[in-house]
Amino acid sequence: MKASRFQSQDHIDTGRRQFLKLSAATGAGLTLGLNLTTRASAQAADSPALQFNAFVNISPDNTVNVYIKHLEMGQGVYTGLATCVAEELDAAWSQVKCEHAPVDTEKYANLFMGQQATGGSTAIANSFTQMRQAGATARAMLVAAAAQRWGVPASEISVSEGQVSHGSHQASFGELAVEAAAQNAPAPEAVSLKDPADFTLIGREDLVRKDEGKQNGTAVYTQDVQLPGMLTAVVAHSPRFGGRVKSFDASKALQRNGVEQVFEIENGVAVLAKDYWTAIKGRELLEIEWDDSAAETRSSGTILSQYRELVDEPGIVAEREGDVASQLNQGDSVEAVFEFPYLAHAQMEPMNCVAKVDGQRAELWYGCQGATSDQMAIAQLLGGKIEDVKIHTVFAGGGFGRRANPFSDYVLEAVRVARGAQGKPVKLVWSREDDMQAGFYRPAFVHKLSAAVDDQGMPTAFQARLAGQSIMMGTNMESMSVVDGVDNASVEGLVHLPYQVPNRQVEVHNTQAGVPVQWWRSVGNTHTAFSKEVFIDSLARKAGQDPVEYRLSLLKHNPRETAVLKLAAEKAEWGSRKLPEGWGRGVAVHTSFGSTVAEIVDVSVQGTEFKVERVVAAVDCGIAVNPNIIRAQIEGGIAYGLSAALADEVTLTDGNVDQTNFHNYRVLRMNDMPEVEVHILPSGNAPSGVGEPGTPPVAPAVANALAAATGQTLTRLPLRLT
Amino acid sequence: MIELTVNGETRRLDIESDMPLLWALRNELGLTGTKFGCGIAACGACTVQVNGNAMRSCVTPVSAVQGQSITTIEGLSAEGLTDVQQAWIEHQIPQCGYCQSGMIMAVSAHLDNNDSSSADETARAISNICRCGTYPRIKRAIASLQEQRRSGGVQQFDPAATPAQENNV
Repeated sequence: MKASRFQSQDHIDTGRRQFLKLSAATGAGLTLGLNLTTRASAQAADSPALQFNAFVNISPDNTVNVYIKHLEMGQGVYTGLATCVAEELDAAWSQVKCEHAPVDTEKYANLFMGQQATGGSTAIANSFTQMRQAGATARAMLVAAAAQRWGVPASEISVSEGQVSHGSHQASFGELAVEAAAQNAPAPEAVSLKDPADFTLIGREDLVRKDEGKQNGTAVYTQDVQLPGMLTAVVAHSPRFGGRVKSFDASKALQRNGVEQVFEIENGVAVLAKDYWTAIKGRELLEIEWDDSAAETRSSGTILSQYRELVDEPGIVAEREGDVASQLNQGDSVEAVFEFPYLAHAQMEPMNCVAKVDGQRAELWYGCQGATSDQMAIAQLLGGKIEDVKIHTVFAGGGFGRRANPFSDYVLEAVRVARGAQGKPVKLVWSREDDMQAGFYRPAFVHKLSAAVDDQGMPTAFQARLAGQSIMMGTNMESMSVVDGVDNASVEGLVHLPYQVPNRQVEVHNTQAGVPVQWWRSVGNTHTAFSKEVFIDSLARKAGQDPVEYRLSLLKHNPRETAVLKLAAEKAEWGSRKLPEGWGRGVAVHTSFGSTVAEIVDVSVQGTEFKVERVVAAVDCGIAVNPNIIRAQIEGGIAYGLSAALADEVTLTDGNVDQTNFHNYRVLRMNDMPEVEVHILPSGNAPSGVGEPGTPPVAPAVANALAAATGQTLTRLPLRLT
Repeated sequence: MIELTVNGETRRLDIESDMPLLWALRNELGLTGTKFGCGIAACGACTVQVNGNAMRSCVTPVSAVQGQSITTIEGLSAEGLTDVQQAWIEHQIPQCGYCQSGMIMAVSAHLDNNDSSSADETARAISNICRCGTYPRIKRAIASLQEQRRSGGVQQFDPAATPAQENNV
């Protein structure tokens, strides 16, 4: 993240201040649902909310409603964005309620992306100033109203904990709301923001999260949306990627009581029924013949062996510094080949989407992540206008990248099904098996890393050759990520190496495979951090140096990674805490999404079995808006990355995905979860991401700990000792 | 006709006897707090209690639980929140939250039935999946709940006393 970009001024629609009923202003088409009235909207419905700007409404009942422009999928955006608003508004935390903003790109764009979208760990980073300004302008309007009412200078009025006061005068936000909303809104740049030293909410440990209802079952996800007359649909997809329906017989399925419709859509056969159970039973009765003439029929083993051959050949140059070739040809060199499988996101809520289509108009309810691009794709499919596509965003049961699909795959599937349902709303539900086998995986990769070292064991040249599918090529994100045939999402983490090496070259082979691929929590860093950090450990071992000291000596020009690595080492008592017999300790440090995370891992080994016992993490993510959520995200990022280090793997046999569900796509459970400590480096810099940066360092730190314990350098994920 | 007793209320439903309890709860009774995650009893998002024992409702045919006492997340507490639910807020456990109804039902049954289990035994017993990785906080919450129940009182939550606080530099 560049500072200039961070400071690019947010625009808030302050021109339009209208009395709006909450249900009209926000996604409260949800009240169509029978049991979807949230506490916030129920309260607000009793007293009309007054719109101060695109992000802030205040009701006479004293509720401050904050519209959240990003999808809440567990990463804490409700809480984080509302904290920034409430900080500058000087609201009481208890009076703040959150709702997802509607999809409206002009008002709610991600300022780093120019479209409404959640991803790249940017939610807090892009909103930090914008949300504070939204709070500060609303505060200024409350103060102006109070000044008018009491006939006192605005400059003498103070605001604290939702109370506006001057001398003996005092009023709540609610009492001033009507007059305040009628004030002229100052320009966002015209309001001054607090000095960080004066923050009362930002940095607090004890703020209760605003994504409520998750401890009593009342939180509403797509799966829970109920609309009058709604049908539930499941779709039979081709077992192989790229397969097409040749013919199908639905007669048995249609005989089943409760199955309402069966028809073909672009990518399969849809079964619409009164409920999910009936739809699944109906689908089991379908007889489908598939046309595999354009399908991917290779096995993943074949694909990976082709990649292993490719990395012996020069690829497209992604980065070149100095002269690597001549260095590698002389002196001592080290080489290693790394292998990474396809990975499924396996978020807990299988993909789903509720859609109602009426000609060229559509209304949808789902955990919408790629808002602008979904909306555009739907409008294009229906041949209608963008404003005729209305999207209501509800909580998502995890995402990890999957829900922002560059082709809006599951969303368009829902629209295609709903288009055939004669105006009835349809809830498209994927079974776990559908979800696991639908592709859009983290791409499989092979890396070959080579280095030349001097007589002190320090690297003089570093070369990385990668082979794998590009995520961005052929998508509407291509121009953001692909330059001269190099997709940054393939090579990020290995280009701009933090370690000081005079000669460097990174090359990539963009492979072709029929397996759909997508970003998966931390994208390219999921594999580049592993090869980089395992390889640097190998160099340290070869040099006979301590892995932390070796890294520090190569990071002298990089104060940020140095500080984070030192903090992790200090907290983990690196070099001083004695480990039990058979244990090993490993380290990794990596910067991604503007944040640096170092992790130190202890493993215990028994034969070929091992257990990760403890992870100590240090993070520099700029100003810690909510330290508790930052820790939760780093803990969660570690769990997610650890799952891939220990078990996750998608394989294909003759083009068929071998894994179907959680019994054969093994993921981390509680008994494998180590103790985790997260330490946050104090910082006055602008906030950077925390959703993804915790994931990359854990797998290499585990591999390095295993190497320390056993002498085996593991270069393939998931990790297996021999 | 199938007769189910859910959260103390008995209802007669015109459904097939092999329908999994999960779908009867969600679609027939509108109790959507219980979640669908895998359909094969592998993830635990659908966990409810039957006669006080944790049960994965996605593979339990309704015919198997007729006449038994079924409790869902909606009926876990007659009023307010249980100590387990309260601990879920205090320890700031839920992230996406999708697995947490099942998690809470499983942990509640475990604590009620195995009050002296060790941390390791508990971690093995609660095999529910959380892809957000809330496990460390769940472990902490379970430990504090066990302590709380042993000492016979509900402790006041003090955020400054959580281990998390010590981690801040």
